[in-house]
Amino acid sequence: MRFVDEYRDPAAAAAYADALRRITTRPWTIMEVCGGQTHAIVKFGVDELLPPGVTLVHGPGCPVCVTPLELIEKAIDLASRPNVTFCSFGDMLRVPGQSRDLLSVKAAGGDVRIVYSPLDALAIARRAPDREVVFFAVGFETTAPANAMAVAQAAEAGVSNFSILVSHVLVPPAMTAILSSPAARVQGFLAAGHVCTIMGVKEYEPLAATHHVPIVVTGFEPIDILQGVYMCVKQLEEGRAEVENQYARVVRRAGNRSAQQLIREVFRIVPRKWRGVGEIPASGLGLQPRYAAFDAEQRFGVADRVVDEPGECISGRIMQGLAKPPDCPAFGTVCTPEHPLGATMVSTEGACAAYYRYRRVRVPAGNAASPTR
Amino acid sequence: MCLAVPGRLLDIDGADPLLRAGRVDFAGIVKHVNLSYVPEAKVGDFVLVHVGFAISTVDEAEAGKVFSYLREMGDLAELSTDDSP
Repeated sequence: MRFVDEYRDPAAAAAYADALRRITTRPWTIMEVCGGQTHAIVKFGVDELLPPGVTLVHGPGCPVCVTPLELIEKAIDLASRPNVTFCSFGDMLRVPGQSRDLLSVKAAGGDVRIVYSPLDALAIARRAPDREVVFFAVGFETTAPANAMAVAQAAEAGVSNFSILVSHVLVPPAMTAILSSPAARVQGFLAAGHVCTIMGVKEYEPLAATHHVPIVVTGFEPIDILQGVYMCVKQLEEGRAEVENQYARVVRRAGNRSAQQLIREVFRIVPRKWRGVGEIPASGLGLQPRYAAFDAEQRFGVADRVVDEPGECISGRIMQGLAKPPDCPAFGTVCTPEHPLGATMVSTEGACAAYYRYRRVRVPAGNAASPTR
Repeated sequence: MCLAVPGRLLDIDGADPLLRAGRVDFAGIVKHVNLSYVPEAKVGDFVLVHVGFAISTVDEAEAGKVFSYLREMGDLAELSTDDSP
């Protein structure tokens, strides 16, 4: 596949790994923000090509993983109602709630459907005017234009039986929270390329300047990630803290303006709870008051429900770069993709699921804190 | 979740900007994709698609720079080796 295969070329990977070894004089800790990057790093063994001391820690950029238990419980509540058709991306269905998940609601007879796009959920609503169709609008900035479009089209066409359960989060406030933590050990970031495709790179400049961290907007294939790490380490070695764009083939400096325009039309910035991290101010999107009619929380009266997070899972520490999956005593024993304790094991992009799938055999228990190689 | 896949735009339909759409070929798998956010996209362009929406066009000149950067770095490395005491 063009624009994919060439970025997996082993010779180019080896050349970037060599170049990186030549410029690295000290240990550095770099966080890749996006779960898609985490998955690629673990799958292709990108971390095993890095010089000793250059460590990648895995960031909070998996929306499935950071959706708080409270919203999962609201989703389960709505999906269980007999008049509701509940539509979701597939990876939300197995995220454990307090006692069950959306898939078990479906197994018990609930009308829960997996869709590819929010527009598919809107099409279902149009075909079934006697059903209340709810879409679980989960995601980062990348997915916001699609969800904004579904709401805008529903409003334009007067579809009154469609609503969205919004769990939208924003990347820069999470990066600020990670850098502001007293336990912070992240010295540079690979920013999430597809988030920046929508939002551009400018909002990262104050972050780089204030916290003196290099931020390299990076793609998702192994060569992209190796070049991103190279650019980040080069900045660190030279004492620079700038925003650079490795992924310029799709990320423009200003982002996608028409997408930003519709996001602003439909959504506003709100505080959001992050699973395992807690509430972060101005870190999410909620519907604008003029689109309140499409807000499932208001339509079904579940907005005020509060659910405390479970304490047994260390996913919050993993997503802040403070621990790696094998550090968890439950990893691969009581917590597996079949019986996940937390969302980082559920989502295919969760760090725990990536380690379970690709590294389970090679990481000996009790020796997990050392770099995996 | 933020997975986005590049594919080649085969055709474009729909005059309403909110409903502009087209068929995109992902190495043999063809899907109908919303094009509202890529008004600049032309038939034959590669577009990056996420949950049924094209969110960017692929800049072919930029796409090669990952490899030209590598070549430049190789040259620089040789120079700095020659210059080193």
